Amino acid sequence: MANFSKSNVPQFSVDVYQNEYLPEGGREVNAIVTVTATGGGTIGSAVTAPHLYSPGQGPSAAVALMVDCSGSMDYPPTKMRNARDATAAAIDTLRDGVHFTVIGGTHVAREVYPGDGRLAVADATTREQAKQALRRLSAGGGTAIGTWLRLADRLLATADVAIRHGILLTDGRNEHESPEELKAALDACAGRFTCDARGVGTDWEVKEVTGIASALLGTADIVADPASLTADFTQMMETAMGKEVADVALRLWTPVGTTVKFVKQVAPTVEELTGRRAEAGPRAGDYPTGSWGDESRDYHVCVEVPAADLGQEMLAARVSLVIPEPGGTVQSLGAQGLVRAVWTDDMAASTSINPQVAHYTGQAELAQVIQQGLDLRKAGDIDGSTAKLGRAVQLAGASGNADTAKLLAKVVDVVDAVAGTVRLKAKVEEADEMTLETRSTKTVRVKK
Amino acid sequence: MSQMPQQAAVPKCPSCEEPLESGDRFCGACGYDLSAVPARPDDSPTIAMNGAVSPPSSAPDGVDWPVARDSDGFGRPAPVHTAAEVPGTDSGGSSLPPPPAAPPMPPVRPVPSGAPPMPPTAPEPAASGVRSDHRAGPEDHGREEYGRGNHGREDYGREDYGRSDRREPEEYPLQAPDPRSPAAPAAPTAPAAPAAPAAPAANEKVCVACRAGRVDDDGYCENCGHAQPRERDHMEQESGPVAAVSDRGLRHHRNEDAFSVGCTALPDGAPASVAIVCDGVSSATRPDDASLAASRAAGESLLSALPRGTHPQQAMHDAILAASHAVNALAEEPETAREQAPHQNAPACTLVGAVVAAGLLVVGWVGDSRVYWVPVDRSTPPARLTEDDSWAAQMVAAGLMSEAEAYADERAHAITGWLGADAYELEPHTAAFKPDRPGVVVVCTDGLWNYAESAEEMADAVPLDAAARPLHSARVLVGHALDGGGHDNVTVALLPFPVPPQGAGSA
Repeated sequence: MANFSKSNVPQFSVDVYQNEYLPEGGREVNAIVTVTATGGGTIGSAVTAPHLYSPGQGPSAAVALMVDCSGSMDYPPTKMRNARDATAAAIDTLRDGVHFTVIGGTHVAREVYPGDGRLAVADATTREQAKQALRRLSAGGGTAIGTWLRLADRLLATADVAIRHGILLTDGRNEHESPEELKAALDACAGRFTCDARGVGTDWEVKEVTGIASALLGTADIVADPASLTADFTQMMETAMGKEVADVALRLWTPVGTTVKFVKQVAPTVEELTGRRAEAGPRAGDYPTGSWGDESRDYHVCVEVPAADLGQEMLAARVSLVIPEPGGTVQSLGAQGLVRAVWTDDMAASTSINPQVAHYTGQAELAQVIQQGLDLRKAGDIDGSTAKLGRAVQLAGASGNADTAKLLAKVVDVVDAVAGTVRLKAKVEEADEMTLETRSTKTVRVKK
Repeated sequence: MSQMPQQAAVPKCPSCEEPLESGDRFCGACGYDLSAVPARPDDSPTIAMNGAVSPPSSAPDGVDWPVARDSDGFGRPAPVHTAAEVPGTDSGGSSLPPPPAAPPMPPVRPVPSGAPPMPPTAPEPAASGVRSDHRAGPEDHGREEYGRGNHGREDYGREDYGRSDRREPEEYPLQAPDPRSPAAPAAPTAPAAPAAPAAPAANEKVCVACRAGRVDDDGYCENCGHAQPRERDHMEQESGPVAAVSDRGLRHHRNEDAFSVGCTALPDGAPASVAIVCDGVSSATRPDDASLAASRAAGESLLSALPRGTHPQQAMHDAILAASHAVNALAEEPETAREQAPHQNAPACTLVGAVVAAGLLVVGWVGDSRVYWVPVDRSTPPARLTEDDSWAAQMVAAGLMSEAEAYADERAHAITGWLGADAYELEPHTAAFKPDRPGVVVVCTDGLWNYAESAEEMADAVPLDAAARPLHSARVLVGHALDGGGHDNVTVALLPFPVPPQGAGSA
């Protein structure tokens, strides 16, 4: 699986931000772990990455494009047309040599291109053929996303490549299979390929789309206006082409007697990883992080250590990055970070909160209160919803999360941002509410 | 360093003399870590340089006496005295018990634990001098005379250096044969330094906390995660007549104190001993590096300047400047990417040092680490020889607060002078004293003097035989601080001050 050439493997670095000082009897240790991958085959941002590879170079990759072809895509008919154009743009963004397939999704999954259970290898000819095939796409049928994912998995597995990625577009609810079936499909696909999910229009279920992206370690977003699809697909594909190493896991070692309270990604989005731990030898566990290009992500690690005497120091956790390989061996990506605990009677030291920890604690709460506020609003609990969204406005303002603040302002009237006093808007565009919900997990980094 | 052997023949704690049981790892009474004690060497008995055993520490049977060497360390044959030859008293002033049979000197093995190997035979003859001096002027042991020029680089002409300048070797006949001085450096220094931290080699791999896990490259246990003791957690060193002990204490997670001790010879061959003690400023970055750099630089500076004939007080002044440069240089080093503290402070530390040479006691300091003078004859008063560069001292000096009030204030320990790139203006204080009687010089950080602030309290804490058993006594003093709570790192160096040269005593 990991047959990428050496030059493309990015260098990982790990930085730990924490206040290691605990008061007497203190047990909880919090740390923000910043993981940065740089210097792979690309220079600069991942967005421009594909253009830096000359044809035939870059990590080997396979991409499956899953386009919703259910009947609702014809209402309005521009939706189907935009989806077709966006998929064509994404195909144009494919690097030469990348394996790809296009899948049309209804209540069953259908191979649109190239068919016969194969993957095409991108070049001028296959791109043109694929775009021809797209013209034949028509709307009609139901929605069973699990079947699309399983087909994508089957097709992607036929290529021996480093990066496997899916792009999924839907416009409606997953009505033609049970939630359990979707869940089973996601479980089957998790760790086999990564997938970005997009909802177009406003008739889809936010939790379904974000759930798919979350399970398959990709991004989720709303494309309320179908006309914006092309730009979004192009950008998504560029990001996918910038990935250099797949199946990276965050390995967390903790000493005897220590419990891991949680591990979550906190930037660029909040993603709970605690439950996804895979045991990796004594006192160590791996948390999946998917594939990496040149990028930087932050993780919040919280562990509870056994209390020790003042003056004692211990290693509360060791964070490293590995690529688990079949057979139990791992490829270590070198970098590691140490999370420490030092007991002190210096109150000034033990009571201060690390700014990074404080910031991301706030960002995680922001995502949570938005979710809760919107849920309460749907349930008709106006007071509860107002309180939660008020808190969200307060947190977004305090942490400088301007994008989320703007989205909130479309759902509530802000009376006093600092105090968190808001009024629910009487009328809210459905797209605005869905946008807020979908993007609630997006975070900003600490102001340097 | 030489110690009671670990679990066998000499069944007493090296720290508190409590009888031990075979197999004990720690002393049952004081908790002293017996694993730090080197194994008992199979030495042949050696000469007792002074049979004079101070009464309180009864020498157990079977101690190893230190051995004098053939050379005095300065290339001359070592004059050898047996206790019988040298009239003397114990530190209480009473006459000495008859000396044990004195075998001639085989190769060296430093310091026994049970009995004080009077570093040099020095103090004994001194004792007679003490008494007469005593009559001459009971109160004056130098501070009155020379202490006035506390900040006295400029006034070191005043203290009659010329007098002590009479350097006929006869003036120091008793120091020369110091069995532990430099001639046998291998014995005193080599085992001393590593003795404490690096217990048995087998322990290097196994965690001291859980005794189950291996220790990883970062110094943490792979099983329980506990940080392993570091070399600096507990350090002991003995050099010639000088000894120092430094301990992390009970509340701090690392030892930010550092020391350096050494001895050398003046151009005329007279011995000179040196001790430097530094306390890293915790609120600064890398205080442990600062104290280490400062103590090393100052120690090296003194040990190279004194043999060239530099006046000890000038040498001390220069040493403080050298230490200052060493600490300043740390601030210029590029920050490693790992250092994540956004608000970096220049590394900083205090410094205090003492030189005993040619009948002179020179002290120098910046910050709130201190030097105390504790005479062997405890009926004469002890004294503190330094003035803290601290908020409390300044308040007292300015008459704004009483000493009690000032030291009770939480700002008491804020220091107003330190070594470091961010020090406003380095003002090295030096002072020279000419004690007229033997004693011991206590050079320490506030981790010790917090538990023995006044000179009298310090004198009470110093064992009566401190001049004879400096290393043991330094351990006792560290133990005093740990018993008091050990809230800070504790470092103490002891320099015995031998009897002043004949003729200088009445000065």
